[in-house]
Amino acid sequence: MPERSMRDAITEALDEELERDSSTYLIGEDVADAGGSFGLTRGLLDSYGPERVIDTPISEAAIVGSSAGAALTGSRPIAEIMYADFMGLAADQVMNQAGLFKYMFGGDASVPMTIRTVNGGAGFNAAAQHSKSLHGLFMHMAGVRVVLASTVYDAKGLLKSAIRCDDPVVFFEHMGLYNRKGEIPAESYTLPLGEAAVEREGDDVTVVATQQLLHDALNVAETLSGDISVEVINPRTLAPLDRETLAESAKKTGRVVVADESLIRNGPASYIAGRIEEDAFYHLEAPVSVVGVDDTPIPFSPPLADAVVPDAEAIENAITALPRL
Amino acid sequence: MPEAVEEYPELLAEQLKEMILIREFETQVSSLFEANELPGFVHLYIGQEAVGVGACSAIDDEDYITSTHRGHGHAIAKGLDPDRMMAELFGKETGYCGGKSGSMHIADVDKGMLGANGIVGAGPTLAVGAGLSIRQRQSDAVCLSFFGEGAMAEGSVHEAMNLAGVLDLPVVFICENNQYGEMTPAANQHHVDGFATRGETYGMPTEMVDGMVVQDVYEATAEAVERARSGDGPSLLVCETYRYHGHYEGDPTRYRTDEELEQWQARDPIESLETTLLDAGTVDEDNVEAMREGATDRIDEAVEFARESTFPAEETAFEGVYTEEL
Repeated sequence: MPERSMRDAITEALDEELERDSSTYLIGEDVADAGGSFGLTRGLLDSYGPERVIDTPISEAAIVGSSAGAALTGSRPIAEIMYADFMGLAADQVMNQAGLFKYMFGGDASVPMTIRTVNGGAGFNAAAQHSKSLHGLFMHMAGVRVVLASTVYDAKGLLKSAIRCDDPVVFFEHMGLYNRKGEIPAESYTLPLGEAAVEREGDDVTVVATQQLLHDALNVAETLSGDISVEVINPRTLAPLDRETLAESAKKTGRVVVADESLIRNGPASYIAGRIEEDAFYHLEAPVSVVGVDDTPIPFSPPLADAVVPDAEAIENAITALPRL
Repeated sequence: MPEAVEEYPELLAEQLKEMILIREFETQVSSLFEANELPGFVHLYIGQEAVGVGACSAIDDEDYITSTHRGHGHAIAKGLDPDRMMAELFGKETGYCGGKSGSMHIADVDKGMLGANGIVGAGPTLAVGAGLSIRQRQSDAVCLSFFGEGAMAEGSVHEAMNLAGVLDLPVVFICENNQYGEMTPAANQHHVDGFATRGETYGMPTEMVDGMVVQDVYEATAEAVERARSGDGPSLLVCETYRYHGHYEGDPTRYRTDEELEQWQARDPIESLETTLLDAGTVDEDNVEAMREGATDRIDEAVEFARESTFPAEETAFEGVYTEEL
């Protein structure tokens, strides 16, 4: 299997879907001429022209709101919002428009649109307005699907499924993973939304981890192997959440750590922990432990940011702190 | 406007009939609401009928509209069925949206009605999207985007007008200045007098229209639609109009005087068109009487249909959130 960066995988997914379905188009700030703020749409303007790779003014509400209107009337837009933080400017267009149309209109309408955005502030010192991991915010919106790109393989397969999905999908790409390399099939493939992946099997403890922390968890599992056998689960999509795979693993190991870069308070990790406790309570030998960001914005100064954003060490500490392990 | 009467008398008679139907729908909704028959709350279009009817009679079935929280008139003008609208207001399963939507979100995408909208200023961004999909399908449809003057204070409206202009999209922005944003006079909400400059800011042809005169609205819209269809991009129409009722039913309207209301009512869009058509001999008293009786009967039927319909089954509350297949 050829090796690709996550950046390449995403570009390939966009290219293949634009090629496959003429009702798709890309829209966002700098996506055409400049090739995207992170270079992900580079070259696509040449292939598909300005009618399908559309540069916009700095207008997040119009980018996302127009995508909702276009999706409602026969197109399949793929919008890019430069940073998840800026989704705040367009949140209404998701929570009161795109996410509700199918339901409010009595099930008849569909809103096949994808919003790609970037989260994850670890190691970039982009500070509080360019570092948030806000997938939890969108998990709180019924009608919206939430997908996280955590591996190169996932990024391509899940993005293609997100684009083909008839519901609005918010697709989060982690800033720290764009240059990460991985093997992906040479031929085109998709991955189902709503299916978690067991990335590594183990017997003593389950770590459910997303994005950068998934890779940290795999490293920790390797380091601890011999002493503690760690199973690592990649949920892939948070809405819908594959509760079955998570519960199965929790029942097998009896101990669980959930790691995600969002705020712990009312966040995705706390939600996942709650569901696992509900689904596997009598199999658990310890309370589910949660790794995430405590109540604070992401600071600028490197030592401060490092103190706030969780890493491999935080996961290892959580594992070894579990009772009787 | 004798020219209009000579040029398109039949259309004007149709417009009169439709305005009468909307007013009857709204009048009965008002009574039903007062009698506690309707859940939630409703915002009525009485007084503004010339805008919805004038604008929608300048477009075809395959064209789109986006609407507002005061959307019943737009929906009827776009050809939606009063039975299913009334049933939706009652929260019944036969309603347009199976009782999920109520007054503020009635939609029928197949008929080009992209929804009333509970969020002020959301419609224009959706209209830009409809414009994008129209162009992508190489259709020559257009989208009319109705919004109130209150929405002129929302950022999304400005983003939408700017983007529609930048991309030359077939959208006609129709601002209905009914003089009050919720319970506050327009003058206290905007630091300009009139809204024509707002369209000029975004480089689009802009027209101030008398929103109490259906001919004026129709002609201005037809011209803007023609521009949009021929690829000349968006326009802004600012229609000066007035809502006779409060912001919502039950609003005591302490913020305005009876004299002000009477001044606007003296220019009532239905009565003035009626007079024009009677004077021109396009219709006679009997025709108008038939229109009124027809409207009453039609809305009586709708109310009956809504009353007799059943409430949706409880389990449907969890249906239609997502598509089944992934």
